[in-house]
Amino acid sequence: MAADRYFGLFMLVTALGYILNATTIQDSFITDPVGPRVFPYIIGGAIVLSAIAMIVKPDPDAEWPGLSILVQLAIALAVLLGYAFLIKPLGFIATTVLASGILAYQISHRPFASALTGVGLGVGLFVLFRFVLGLSLQGLPQMFIS
Amino acid sequence: MDLLANLALGFGQALTPYTLLLALIGCVVGTLVGALPGLGPSNGVALLIPITFSLGFDAMEALVLLTSVYYGCMYGGRISSILLNIPGDEPAMMTCLDGYPMAKQGKASDALAISGVASFVGSFLATVGLMLVAPLLARVAFKFGPAEYFALYLLAFCTLGGLGSNNQAKSAMAAAIGLAIAMVGLDKGTNMPRFTFGNLHLYDGIDFLVAIVGLFAVVEIFLFIESHGRNSAIGVKLEKITVDFKLIWSTRMSMLRGTFLGFIAGILPGAGASLGSFLAYMFEKSVAKDKATFGKGNPKGVAAPEAGNNAAAGGALIPMLTLGVPGSGTTAVMLALLLTLNITPGPLLFTERPEIVWGLIASLFIANIMLLVMNVPMVKVFVHVLSVPGFILLPGVTMVAFVGIYSLSGSSFDMLLMVGFGAMGYVFRKLDIPTVPVILGILLGNSMEDNLRRAMTLSDGDWTYLFSSPIAIGLWIFAIAGFVAPIFLRTFLKPPAHAEAADQD
Repeated sequence: MAADRYFGLFMLVTALGYILNATTIQDSFITDPVGPRVFPYIIGGAIVLSAIAMIVKPDPDAEWPGLSILVQLAIALAVLLGYAFLIKPLGFIATTVLASGILAYQISHRPFASALTGVGLGVGLFVLFRFVLGLSLQGLPQMFIS
Repeated sequence: MDLLANLALGFGQALTPYTLLLALIGCVVGTLVGALPGLGPSNGVALLIPITFSLGFDAMEALVLLTSVYYGCMYGGRISSILLNIPGDEPAMMTCLDGYPMAKQGKASDALAISGVASFVGSFLATVGLMLVAPLLARVAFKFGPAEYFALYLLAFCTLGGLGSNNQAKSAMAAAIGLAIAMVGLDKGTNMPRFTFGNLHLYDGIDFLVAIVGLFAVVEIFLFIESHGRNSAIGVKLEKITVDFKLIWSTRMSMLRGTFLGFIAGILPGAGASLGSFLAYMFEKSVAKDKATFGKGNPKGVAAPEAGNNAAAGGALIPMLTLGVPGSGTTAVMLALLLTLNITPGPLLFTERPEIVWGLIASLFIANIMLLVMNVPMVKVFVHVLSVPGFILLPGVTMVAFVGIYSLSGSSFDMLLMVGFGAMGYVFRKLDIPTVPVILGILLGNSMEDNLRRAMTLSDGDWTYLFSSPIAIGLWIFAIAGFVAPIFLRTFLKPPAHAEAADQD
């Protein structure tokens, strides 16, 4: 119940922001009868309508995970975001070992198996992508290369 | 014979030793990915598109490889549906209804053989149908102007939302969010930036591949952590594979009926494979004399939806190729594939690049035959995949997703966006908001707007132009009906499926 309403409210505000932002799109010397703003207005309007529908007539709530799982999910998200930042400076192997090791631990709760998974995926995928498939992945940290 | 000449052209393209090798690799990889619990065709193809591009294949090779993966996933998906009761995607759900009970009764090998043959019958006949119908539809599609295309896109969103989800508002919301995301970047008409917030990365728009990989692949890790590995592989014992030809032969009519219904459902823009397998199952149940055994391991309840599912996958390629409107999540991913290869689907594709169309059709035939051989006698090999534990599988999938996007663009920004889409996919899944319309919106958004603006330019700003031709009016009526009708039909259609699915646990 509540989740749909919160999401509807969030999207309502977002859509209004979207429409507001669309009003600032500039015209150029090339013009057509519709212009660059009308379609975004229509889309924003569609989101507003469906958001209102979600607020007025929400579905029964799904089962939301408890706090401990939310923390786990947040950790996983942080790992993935960190991966995106670290893959360049640290290279593929180290980052993948670290990230997949942590994710594996979150699923299995077995430290040794997870460490092994991390190393296996880090090295295995690197060999597969770099040497078998020939993608230009940089395996080692940047400082060792330059 | 035009048709035979075209087919010869297609096979000429797709039958070189190198492409055959690619097809074989694609079929194996596809079946493996499809067999992984919870992963289906759209996940598999989404995961592999970016990597395929980084490997620098030409259009034909990439097409052969990825259609083999697509069909391979369809075949592989039934393995996890039957043995674990975990469908890889929504259309495969109906196969679980009777497949899993069969496996529990120790008839797993029969269920696998029947579903393998049913998959073959469904997709083979659907490919024949595709070959016959698509050129005709392409000729009709020549009559489509911008107003008709605008209405057609609308129809796709409406029917996809109407039939595919439980709540109209949510699917409309999903489609609109996709369209809203598509607006980011430089406006094609005026070259003015829209919604870029001064961020240079956003000037090119948001790459649909990033969204697809995020929403279809990265999301799985979150769902898996939440479910705490509840769905993780369980030790599956499969006795010696014996093929009971008599039993398979006894389900032939179910397969043909399923194929027919699935194919028709697949052709409807927006409806796609879920509807195909659903209709095939429900129809089979209604004509059967032994209704009570459905849901308890009736072989016909495996044959019909599996044939329907695969036939719908073939049928769904028709609107995708001739009109550029995908009918399901997987065809949306296929459309993304074509667009990335710089192939614009539509009626012109058939006249200007026949080698692509017919090469694709030829590769579908080849993939099907390979898959039948691989999946009936050799199914045991693939069953082993099911015993790969989730804590290796899911991080592996996620890392492959990263490699794909990273090697495609080399930008951390795209990887962050991908993770963002993954998180969004998780929230949407929890809220029961479908993600396929989001993908469709991102894929079609720009050409939808483009067609609207061209229509308005033609009519000099007169909005009634959108309803000025019979085809356009027809499409609008279907769109509205497709959106509104399920609200009333839902009470009849949805509950039995859910009740039966719930019985399984």
